[in-house]
Order: sequence, then structure tokens, then C-alpha cells
Amino acid sequence: MSEHHDGHDSGGHAVSHKMLVITCIALLFLTGVTVWASKLDFNELQFPELNIIIAIGIAVVKVSIVGLIFMHLRWDRQFTAFVFVASFVLVGLFISFAMMDTKEYQPEVIQANSEQVQQMIDALPAAPKSEH
Amino acid sequence: MSQLEIQPDSHGTDHGHDHDHPDHLGHHWENSKQQFEAGKLGMWLFLATEVLLFGGLFVAYSVWRGNHPEIFQYGSQFLDTFWGALNTGVLLVSSMTMAMAVTFAARGNRKGIVICLVLTLMGAAGFMVIKYIEYSHKFHEGFLPGFSFYEEPSASHLWLPLEQEHDQDVAHSTLETEAHNTAFAHETTARDEMPLPPPTAEPSVVPAAGTGPEGLTTNELALETAEFAVFLPPSVIGNLENQGPELDFAEHHEPGEEPHLPHPLQDPDRPPNAQKFFTIYFLMTGLHGIHVIIGGFVILWLLLLTLRGRFSRGYYTPVDLGGLYWHIVDVIWIFLFPLFYLI
Repeated sequence: MSEHHDGHDSGGHAVSHKMLVITCIALLFLTGVTVWASKLDFNELQFPELNIIIAIGIAVVKVSIVGLIFMHLRWDRQFTAFVFVASFVLVGLFISFAMMDTKEYQPEVIQANSEQVQQMIDALPAAPKSEH
Repeated sequence: MSQLEIQPDSHGTDHGHDHDHPDHLGHHWENSKQQFEAGKLGMWLFLATEVLLFGGLFVAYSVWRGNHPEIFQYGSQFLDTFWGALNTGVLLVSSMTMAMAVTFAARGNRKGIVICLVLTLMGAAGFMVIKYIEYSHKFHEGFLPGFSFYEEPSASHLWLPLEQEHDQDVAHSTLETEAHNTAFAHETTARDEMPLPPPTAEPSVVPAAGTGPEGLTTNELALETAEFAVFLPPSVIGNLENQGPELDFAEHHEPGEEPHLPHPLQDPDRPPNAQKFFTIYFLMTGLHGIHVIIGGFVILWLLLLTLRGRFSRGYYTPVDLGGLYWHIVDVIWIFLFPLFYLI
């Protein structure tokens, strides 16, 4: 890291403006890709969750770019990156365990628009439309 | 951790060097680099806790979505992808200008820092303006979190204990229903966006039918035949056709916008508890918005310090760390945007 040291006292890294502009353009491009990819229809593949996976995947790539370039992690000590990545890993663990639990009980959840609910609603007699 | 170690050449050789310290250097630091690295590590630890703070909300999002994906698919239709994408762009560009400010600071270019910080501040303001446009749309159209969502608050009044022996106390249950109806009417008329006609029905005329004001109708037949407790949203019972003309929310849409979806109150396909989407939407984007506002003040503070000439090539730690905070705001939004607007 010291070879990237810019020679000044404070120790930060000066990223060239050109690189910052290129990074920003890449991030804006990836934003466009996310919007485009979200409109893809994967119902034919019986895999509608693919939209979510693609969106999260692109978001992770974008966040990595922001972290590496804008936040200087590329030139920073590895320990800094460790702190940052660890926080995401811990959140990921949290979500994973929560989702395992959610999935476990999923069969018992009555979907709000399920036939079961619809039948309950249909079983009700229609009310007179105007009462006044 | 070698960066934090005391450098041998500066250690122990000149204890009387305090008067040589630059103004920015605290007396408990060996040199500027050590001070900078320690400050940066502290900032990164803080950013990690920020990620964990939002992480809790992301867990809530995941569990709710895992249980009721249809609510999220339904709700996200009512968020405007255009504004969301524009806000993403605004944040990304302002992140770039912030990083540029740090570069200018490292090169000792004060004018550059000022220009870039002003641009970043404009980005923060622009983000909040767009947020205001989006939020006011939601407020106008009744997309409010939790119990404020449309007629859902009245749903709590609509739980009918139908399993009771209503032959015995039909009068009692009728009174109860009337009380609920009155409460419902008060709630409904209190809401500006739901201009229901004033309750005109006379419950005393048809007491046994339990007929209340508009928006809630339970007749005796329903009480007799239904065998389970179920709440009766007006959309199910069919009262909404009467209110159709008054629920003209089209005026809130910009001209030239895509043909808008059926208004949720008139949408038979609206899943129950659709307000949950807007609860988590306002929680997460709201917390993020608070961070944007705080970030704006941080940038303003940095701007004032720069104008006072507090930073130099040798010392610009606040610019660097303030920039890190601004980037984490961007990072959070990069996740929020697809999760709410796109999928």
C-alpha cells in the first residue's frame, strides 16, 4: 500500500478523475441493465425468482465497484475491506437463517390471494348494492 | 495492522516535538498518517454498523416477501421506476463528485473541493426533492403504511364474530355492528382522500339487518350463513361501484404517463394486506432518506470547513471520511432500488 502512497502526510489515495468518471458511467450503465433485466419474463422457465437473483447480483457488482473505487478499498488496507465485507456477510447470514425458517413454515402460510381465501370470500352472500 | 504501529524513527527520539505538530494533529498521535488511519478505521466500523442497521430491515423485507410474494409483486407496480432510476442516477453522480472532492483534497486543490462539494450537496437536495415528489404521490393516493392504508383500518372493525349464537343476542350484535359502523364512518370521513358521502343511512329503520353507512354492509343473511369469521373489505362486498366516480385519482398522475393501474380500492385483484408493502417501503426508504439528510448536513459542514481553509494536502481526513459516509448512503440505495421498484 505504501507504494500507492501519494507522498503527502495524510495517507489517503488520490484516484484520478478520469477513473472516477469511467466508474460512474459503468455504474449508470449497470443501473440501466438492472432496469432492463427486471422486465425480462422468466415465467416460461418456471423460474420467476431469477429476476430477483439477477437484480441482487447486479447490485452486489455495483456495490463492489463503489467500494473498490469510490471508497478506495482497492488501495486500502485489507483489514478495512474485511470490516466492510464482514458486515455484509453477517447480514447475509441473518437473512439466510431467517429465510430457512420462513421456508420451513411456508406450507402453513395461507397466501392472501389463494383459492382458500377466495372460497371463503365466495361463500359470503352478495350484499345488496345500494342500501340508501 | 502494520500501518498503526509506531514508526521507529519517530518513536522515542524527540519527546519535545509537540510544538512541531501541525494544528490538525492530536497530541496523542505519533503522526498524521496514524491519526488518519485510526480515524478511517473508526469510520469503517461505523459504516459496518450502518450496514447491520439496514440489515435488520432487509431481513424483515425478506421474511415478509418470502411469506407473501404476491403483496410485493402487487405493491411494486405502484412505484414509479422512472423516479427510482433517476434517483439512483442522482446518487451515483453525487457519489462520483464526492470521490472527486476527495481527490481534489488529496491534491490540495481547494477550489476543486468546493465545486465538487457543492455539486454533491445539489445531488443530495435533488434526491430529496425527487423523494418528496414520490412520497406526495403516495400520500395523495392513500398508499400509506400499516393502518393508514385505505380502508384497511376499518378492516379491524369488520371482524365479525360470526360463530356466536346470534339468535340469542341478535339485538346485541346489531348494536355492536352499528357501533363499528359509526366508528368506521368517523374514520372514513376524517380522511380527506376518501371523500365518502356522510353517513345518511338510518340504522333505526332497519335495525335487524345491521345495515350501516356506506362502505360497510353486513346483512342478516351474511350473519346467518357465514360460518367463519372473515373481514369484509368493501371491495369484496361490492359497495365500491357506488363510489367509483368519486374515487377519481387520475388527476394525481402526470399527463403522458403510462395508463395507470386500476385504483387499489377498485381493484378486485388486490391481495389483502397489501399495505404491508408500503409499510416496509416507507420504513426502508424513510430511514435511507434520513441518512441522505444527515449526509447533506455533513457535506455542508465540510463545505464550510473548506471555505475556512481548514484542509490542506496534509490534512483532509474529514473530507475523506464524510465521503465514505456519503458512499454508504449510495450503497444502501443500490440495494433498495431494485428490491422495491423493479422486482
